[in-house]
Amino acid sequence: MLKLSGINAAYKDLQVLWDVSIQVDEGELVALVGSNGAGKTTTLRVISGLLKPASGSISFQDHSLGKESAHRIVELGISQVPEGGKIFTGMSVLENLELGAFVARARKDKDQTLKWVYEIFPRLEERKNQRAGTLSGGERQMLAIGRALMSKPKLLLLDEPSFGLAPILVEQIFEMITEINRQGVTVLLVEQNVRAALELAHRAYVIENGRIVGQGTGEDLLSFESVRRAYLG
Amino acid sequence: MFVPLAQSLVFGLLVGALYGLAAVGLSLVFGVTKFLNVAHGELLMLGGYASFWAFTLRGVDPFLTLPLTMVFLLVIGVVLYKLLFAHMVKLTEEAKIQNTLLVGFGLSLILQNVALRLWTADTRGITTSYSRMAFTFLGVRFPIVRVASLGIALIALFALDLFLRRTYTGKALRATVENWEAATLMGIDIQRVYLLSFVMGAALAGAAGCLVSVGYSIDPGMGMSWTLKGLIVMVLGGLGSFMGTFVGGIVLGVTESATGYFLTLTYREVVGLVLFILVLVFRPQGLFGTKER
Repeated sequence: MLKLSGINAAYKDLQVLWDVSIQVDEGELVALVGSNGAGKTTTLRVISGLLKPASGSISFQDHSLGKESAHRIVELGISQVPEGGKIFTGMSVLENLELGAFVARARKDKDQTLKWVYEIFPRLEERKNQRAGTLSGGERQMLAIGRALMSKPKLLLLDEPSFGLAPILVEQIFEMITEINRQGVTVLLVEQNVRAALELAHRAYVIENGRIVGQGTGEDLLSFESVRRAYLG
Repeated sequence: MFVPLAQSLVFGLLVGALYGLAAVGLSLVFGVTKFLNVAHGELLMLGGYASFWAFTLRGVDPFLTLPLTMVFLLVIGVVLYKLLFAHMVKLTEEAKIQNTLLVGFGLSLILQNVALRLWTADTRGITTSYSRMAFTFLGVRFPIVRVASLGIALIALFALDLFLRRTYTGKALRATVENWEAATLMGIDIQRVYLLSFVMGAALAGAAGCLVSVGYSIDPGMGMSWTLKGLIVMVLGGLGSFMGTFVGGIVLGVTESATGYFLTLTYREVVGLVLFILVLVFRPQGLFGTKER
């Protein structure tokens, strides 16, 4: 469904990704794990079109994404939940969700999608008229994911959904992610919380210093000696 | 004592509404694009001349040409944006402000001189059959034209507010103000949002210019002082709240005329700048703005 091959990417003169190749198949929940600054977020930015790769190719279904602009990529069915959620704090919860359905493809089914999102996150319905800035950390993350779902994505990119949340909330959020995946949305999850991500994912890639250094099923990687030593302590 | 003071405050309020309208356009553009268009006053001047000539050559009532003036400035806005501003979209916020300042100053000089060349330095104004009409309340005069201008400014503001709150495009615009990157991830084409807010700002300048030409006077050099008023009001009202900006305009207008009344007219122009500094020192988020979250 999604295929990155030989991606090199840089911020100005600083190269961050080196020959990154990743594949995500339809229906999968794939994790991309690694430490802080390894290039996880950059990989997502390249997929969602916020950063154009210096070389390499990206394809999604039958489209080449290399030259597509970020807003077109959303239209094609890829939606990213950015790091920290980046919800629109000055707007109501409902307005945030409505903006999620901005693209034409999603807008026509907005009301239906909204029902679905409220089913997954009942809390959001309770708070729909509240200003998003007044939400708690966990609720913000739910809103960010719900907002991304409003665009009816085929592929959902999640950037550190556990960031800054209490362990109990992390567990809840991860359960919801599994549920979303079970309902047919392909997920690429980026996480620093390696153990939790590997337990959740069907397959995973390990990224280090901008290079993919390992891949396999979550279980395999969990038992992998170098991964254990580096990330699981 | 009461009547002359009240009279001068009323005049302050009425001119303040136009300061507010000018500033709302400037603030809309700045809020969305971070382009500080210091040629905003010149756009206002063009709007003024557009209605002046429509009235002088064709005898069309300025209140009727107002929508046309807005469309005219909208078109000018598109041209200026595509020609001068579009390529700056990708710059950082700081670089945008610096570059647009330079471009804006250049543009304002050009527009001033073109206007000077085409229409001479004469001060002009529109005198309609009802220009001298006024109603009196408790001895205070309310010139009809200026009161109507206040009404139109309010209508424009409510329409803008409605647009921003109720329509999908308006929400996209507000989302871009909050976080352009997150807005992009919603599938919003922010290039289009930028263009839209720029031309809306130009159209609002056109409306303000039209109202200035009928209630006050216009000349090729008027732009700079209107830009300055716009900037003062923008800071006074605080970013992010257009209603606040509008009220800020009225605050400036009233303060100016109170100063004119109690001190002398010479201090009128100074007081705005003093207000500007005081707000920056004691309430940098503006009178009605909210602090960064």
